[in-house]
Amino acid sequence: MQLYRSHVLVCGGTGCTSSNSEKIIAEFDVQLARNNLQNEVKIVKTGCFGLCAEGPIIVVYPEGAMYTMVKVEDVKEITEEHLLKGRIVKRLLLSSGHDAKDADEASSSLENSEFFKRQMRVALRNCGIINPEQIDEYIAYDGYKALGKALTELKPADVIEILKKSGLRGRGGGGFPTGLKWDFAAKQPEGKKYVCCNADEGDPGAFMDRSVLEGDPHSLIEAMAIAAYAIGSDQGYVYVRAEYPIAVKRLQIAIEQAKEYGLLGKNIFGTDFNFDLEIRLGAGAFVCGEETALMTSVEGHRGEPRPRPPFPAVKGLWDKPTILNNVETYANVPVIILKGAEWFTSIGTEKSKGTKVFAVGGNINNTGLVEVPMGTTLREVVYDIGGGIPKGKKFKAAQTGGPSGGCIPASHLDTPIDYDSLIQLGSMMGSGGLIVMDEDSCMVDIAKFFLEFTVEESCGKCPPCRIGTKRMLEVLERITEGKGEEGDIEKLEILAKNIKASALCGLGQTAPNPVLSTLRYFKDEYMAHVVDKKCPAGVCKSMMKYVIDADACKSCGICAKQCPVSAISGEKKVPYVIDQDKCIKCGVCMEKCPFKAIFKNV
Amino acid sequence: MSANNCCCCGGADPRDQKLQEIIKKYKDTRGALIPVLHEAQEVYGYLPIEVQKKISEELNVPLSEIYGVVTFYTQFSLNPKGKYKISVCMGTACYVKGSGQILDKFKEKLGLEVGECSEDGMFSLEACRCIGACGLAPVITINDDVYGRLVPDDVEGIIKKYKE
Repeated sequence: MQLYRSHVLVCGGTGCTSSNSEKIIAEFDVQLARNNLQNEVKIVKTGCFGLCAEGPIIVVYPEGAMYTMVKVEDVKEITEEHLLKGRIVKRLLLSSGHDAKDADEASSSLENSEFFKRQMRVALRNCGIINPEQIDEYIAYDGYKALGKALTELKPADVIEILKKSGLRGRGGGGFPTGLKWDFAAKQPEGKKYVCCNADEGDPGAFMDRSVLEGDPHSLIEAMAIAAYAIGSDQGYVYVRAEYPIAVKRLQIAIEQAKEYGLLGKNIFGTDFNFDLEIRLGAGAFVCGEETALMTSVEGHRGEPRPRPPFPAVKGLWDKPTILNNVETYANVPVIILKGAEWFTSIGTEKSKGTKVFAVGGNINNTGLVEVPMGTTLREVVYDIGGGIPKGKKFKAAQTGGPSGGCIPASHLDTPIDYDSLIQLGSMMGSGGLIVMDEDSCMVDIAKFFLEFTVEESCGKCPPCRIGTKRMLEVLERITEGKGEEGDIEKLEILAKNIKASALCGLGQTAPNPVLSTLRYFKDEYMAHVVDKKCPAGVCKSMMKYVIDADACKSCGICAKQCPVSAISGEKKVPYVIDQDKCIKCGVCMEKCPFKAIFKNV
Repeated sequence: MSANNCCCCGGADPRDQKLQEIIKKYKDTRGALIPVLHEAQEVYGYLPIEVQKKISEELNVPLSEIYGVVTFYTQFSLNPKGKYKISVCMGTACYVKGSGQILDKFKEKLGLEVGECSEDGMFSLEACRCIGACGLAPVITINDDVYGRLVPDDVEGIIKKYKE
């Protein structure tokens, strides 16, 4: 085996690929060849490191120097300085929360940065470390060892027992105990059974499943094989979003490699256990993240949910017993089998064991993927790991659980996050999207945004969701347009209650949550919209106007020239004015005014 | 749809051959319809009714059901897309970072509404679901190119780049 003195890990996740990491790899190949280093330095394309805001990211070992926001032009310098002469390129080092003064300090920038120091990586253990397109690298990190252990040392019932004891709960949203789910399916009479994986990560702003697929696809394959062994199945399906082309490609490669190595197929590990895995592409329907809808879609139909019971563990895909777990849930399974249930239960809170991956985004400095033990407070995630809010703005709320979840206000920043605490706060874990909003966000507008999403994504099968959410949206639209009427808030509450009680599937039952939770914590904002016809955050356009401060205006006329609808008039030495009837509130004038004389009047 | 838009009746269209191969590949797979539609759309760029009819005959699935599936999923399109398909991400992370303004700017500059294609067939505009590049929010994609960390003023330059 060829030995290299240095390894350059380049992130090949979707975020970094979008900012040219493929071209950076190509440039490294050129530069290494030019300096005759191709036999000394190895370039490894890995999965996501998690710090997407600073991408593209490169880590050079053995020093562990983490370079961020690397451009193709920087590759030459990294090659000539660092790889050839051993001098770390300080200007490219990760700087957030860490001031690299000398090379020693710089060399440990990765482990020491606040962003990584406070995390605990279980599901993401291999992401950003191994090359996901090389099965050998996964095997070198104990890959397929858990499957080997399960097949040769454990009975199916033992596997289920370990899972039950570990307390692992579904990471896709509901938080149902995984071991229990497997047990139901295992107890069904023998015959055809299916193992499915929900990789239809539809929550806007959530991308943890994608990162596992892109960075560590074999862990999913291994876990699904273990699940199949536990319940007595020989066929699995992974339902992936078609919007994730890189993830699909890597999973495909991983499946082929596993087949080649005999880790999928017949007589795995020399036992009589057979297991095959197929990928099914989603086609852009959020409702297909609901388990029964997903199975209907795999069967080739419109992805509409079915009433439960019968539960999928009894009658699922093609009416056979089926288990469905989310990607992150599966990613935990091999570790639990190897390290044991006790190890896993030592992490987390009383009822929520292990870690949780959050996709942190929105108005936050360190956008990216964060894996922390259950019970970590929101404050730690937002401020310590996330680096706080850009431009020194105030934290207003964090939205978790996507269109099924709710907003957590600043007063609850110190609540430990787990399944149950989030539900108490009127939100939910969901798949782990965590969108931070600063003081400039209007909570009524956010509620409207999520409801627009639900209305568009409602499959239309049951009337409470199809018609009810539409009526709620109409009320919200009225409120945000300044046409709110007395009684509108009560109307929203009644509709919400009825939809929650009567919708067919989880999507419908949770659709009113964004409205209910914003009503709970930000009722004053709703009141301001309805009663005073004002949007305190200045987001809802129809209630806000742009005004020129006559004292500050120097009559330069720049605003009038920029205005796309000629709504601004004036002349030299006379302050300009905006004709409010013509103004379309695009905000160009405010942006362009060199004297900051134009402001939003809310 | 007018007759001259039809792509697979009469004449030997090489794409029809490909469609046959796709159908053949999936004929014995359970739940084959959606994979077939995915690949057919890749070949034709969209799923005109003629293509759906062919699939219906070959897979022995009623055309009504196929039409139901095609219209249910947003990935499938009954209309041709522009040469450059502009998708503005409307995921939450992009939304709170102002993707709505980016979309408005595209609408204004192209004179298109969401879902429309320009008359010369150059651009089509879409609001898409989260593509997961939240670190770059707000994000748009044009075919396979990704543009991130945008402000409304970037829009004009981006369009210009593709017009040339």
